[in-house]
Amino acid sequence: MRLEPRAHAPLAIRLLAPVGAVVAALALCALLVAWTGAPVLRAYGLLVEGAVGSRFALTETLTRATPLILTGLAAAVAFRAKLWNIGAEGQLYMGALAAVVLGGELLNLPAWAVLPLALIGGALAGGVTLLGPAVLKVRFGVDEVVTTLLLNFVVLLLVSMLLEGALKDPMGMGWPQSAPVVEAAELPKLIERTRLHVGLLLALGLAVILWLIDTRTIWGYENRAVGANPRAAAFAGMPVTRVMLRTALLSGGLAGLAGAAEVCGLKGYLTLDLSPGFGYSGIVVAMLAQLHPLGVVGAAVFIAGIFVGADAMSRAMPVPNYIADVLVATSLLCMLVAGLLARYRLRRS
Amino acid sequence: MPSPPVVLRLSGITKRFGPLVANDAISLTLHEGEVLALLGENGAGKTTLMNILFGHYVADEGSIEAFGRPLPPGSPKAALAAGIGMVHQHFTLADNLSVLDNIAVGTEPLWRFWSDRGAARRRLLDLAERFGLGVRPDALVGDLSVGERQRVEILKALYRDARVLILDEPTAVLTPQESAGLFDTLRRLTADGLAVVFISHKMNEVFAASDTVAVLRAGRLVATRRTAETDREELAELMVGRALKPPTPTPMAAGEPVLALAQVTVNSGHGRPLLDAVDLTVRRHQVIGIAGVSGNGQTALADLVSGLIHPDSGTLSLKGETVGYADPAAMVRRGVARIPEDRHAAGLVGAMAVWENLIAERYHDPAFQRFGVIRRGAARAHARAVIEAFDVRCPGPDARTQLLSGGNMQKLILGRTLAHGPDLILASQPTRGLDVGAVSYVHGRLLEARAAGAGVLVISEDLDEILALADAIAVIHHGRLTPALPHDRVSVRQLGLLMAGHWDVLPEILDAA
Repeated sequence: MRLEPRAHAPLAIRLLAPVGAVVAALALCALLVAWTGAPVLRAYGLLVEGAVGSRFALTETLTRATPLILTGLAAAVAFRAKLWNIGAEGQLYMGALAAVVLGGELLNLPAWAVLPLALIGGALAGGVTLLGPAVLKVRFGVDEVVTTLLLNFVVLLLVSMLLEGALKDPMGMGWPQSAPVVEAAELPKLIERTRLHVGLLLALGLAVILWLIDTRTIWGYENRAVGANPRAAAFAGMPVTRVMLRTALLSGGLAGLAGAAEVCGLKGYLTLDLSPGFGYSGIVVAMLAQLHPLGVVGAAVFIAGIFVGADAMSRAMPVPNYIADVLVATSLLCMLVAGLLARYRLRRS
Repeated sequence: MPSPPVVLRLSGITKRFGPLVANDAISLTLHEGEVLALLGENGAGKTTLMNILFGHYVADEGSIEAFGRPLPPGSPKAALAAGIGMVHQHFTLADNLSVLDNIAVGTEPLWRFWSDRGAARRRLLDLAERFGLGVRPDALVGDLSVGERQRVEILKALYRDARVLILDEPTAVLTPQESAGLFDTLRRLTADGLAVVFISHKMNEVFAASDTVAVLRAGRLVATRRTAETDREELAELMVGRALKPPTPTPMAAGEPVLALAQVTVNSGHGRPLLDAVDLTVRRHQVIGIAGVSGNGQTALADLVSGLIHPDSGTLSLKGETVGYADPAAMVRRGVARIPEDRHAAGLVGAMAVWENLIAERYHDPAFQRFGVIRRGAARAHARAVIEAFDVRCPGPDARTQLLSGGNMQKLILGRTLAHGPDLILASQPTRGLDVGAVSYVHGRLLEARAAGAGVLVISEDLDEILALADAIAVIHHGRLTPALPHDRVSVRQLGLLMAGHWDVLPEILDAA
């Protein structure tokens, strides 16, 4: 068997690839579900029902998808430019930190300004966090995979220090958590009596805007050229360094915004378990979406659905909700294979 | 005289890749002591045929016989065992191992805990001695020059008792001197009874080294000739299927200077400078050729005029105006058309569409963007016009660039830069790796631009190319550049001496001129 590159992959194949990958992942994980002794079809039925089967389930899935869309976009934007940002988790916490400070009672900003400032401040904090590694990369060739990954731990320890110290909520019964943001800093709910907030619209809007920038503007044009062949881009006269730094600000900013939106839209305060790995899951989301900004929305909703649905399923059956992690990881692996098959054709030699 | 025994017989080899017939019923025979040149344009099927012979591909039809016995298809191991050795265009050596280790690797059984390095070394030195292939067995391959690495590849094949040696475009990476050395080696090998197939698309090599030449075109064997009984014109015509008239420059009075370098020095950061007090003037209606052996400062000179690097001292002026700190975009704005040395790595973004590559140097132009939004209709229309005007063979403006052939990529770069009526053209290795048809197209375009009033700077390691195009030739050696010598006042012998660094002949040439 040999692989031959396809001259051009038809749209149908590119759309079918993720669907096929997910079906393959579900089939593979069915073996694990069957191993627990649970009936496979019923288990998957409960998973789907728990993810999208009711108004409550659906809003929960979308609530969970909101930060995933943003971190997915963060990864997609950076990976497109071959800036390997593994630090979205840290940038998310920096964004959340900025939002909690700007939206808290400490500063007491005017009510009309507090929400925009908290969100913009969060995005800026995330962007600046990634700017450091990006500058080191373009200036000295320091590997950003290492620096961004390690910065995650630095940020988490910084947050931990602040939550035990300067930012600790005096009314928090000794728990390491910050004081809540003021009411004016809260993102409005999208649907009454659910947890779904306006952050979702923000994330969807950003996905569309990023897609338009990517395909229609000279900004996106430069980004794609620099990502695909920096040497040719530099030869043609494109500002490669500026594109890299710009991408870093954008990618980090999206991750920071994810943190700020979680604080302002959902939690109201900052704890160390604000994010169950949204930053890392964003990488999976971006890969599933083949780095396409609109694909990120679908991939994020899918992954959020798996997590929310698996929780529901595990309450009704003896299948642990870790199956969600396995499913997501298997989907990613299947997606990598499907992506290969979309670009190449299998031939018998 | 009885003809020497047949060592290799290919009968009716056919190989299809989808709808493409890469090899169409090709039959060839190779005799002991013979050098067979396999000549053809890029994509004619030469490499496919040799890959079938060596077992990398399996032919759809046909059979191969080596030394009278059928060769099992699809097995490089069987090919090696039958005494067929192949030297690939891109070497297959491990940089971090010594020459001896590279050669011995794979020839010893894996389950033995010791290896007989003494015997291996004796055998290697003996082979090197016999065929005049001087190598140091303990040198790291990573430290060797390209020519030396090729010798190691050949020794590797000989070490495995190859009696038939296949060389895929062996001179593509060599300097003229190294090529001459390679041809010497081939003569010694054939004197010892080996048979050699070498793949090439360069005419002069065929005449320098081969006994027989087989011409492939579009997958078919169009002719086999004794080399002594044919000539360049016939082979060129067989290769491209039509008579080719190489473009020749008409004499033209040079105009005002468009590029002037005055005492330009570019430091390398260690040791000798890359460019050392270089003076150079290129005028309108003039082609200046820069000749030299690879690695003598050509890349720095090209980067300098491209705007990628800056002089450490001295000045660069364009159209009489001194240029301060110029980046590539500024050079394009000032009317410099730049053809890069490596079109894949530096010229084009393979993953992007043809139309996107065509606007890469001027996407800020209001013709192609408004308020930062790309005018895709205008850009596509521009692409269609360039594709038409420069005869780029591609499905259309939206085709992915990496799927184009080398010749069409070069046409794309020509279209990108020449469509805007440049004042100065920098052409760095403009025809490297192109087939004869594409070469004559590129040369024709450059001469057209010269007639239209551009000054052209051609930097090439191919002396024939420079002799075909240049009004005056400057030789670069160790970063220093000779004055431009009028084409008709300097001989090839003198150029060769200058390229080798014997600048003592310079006064004699300048006096005569």
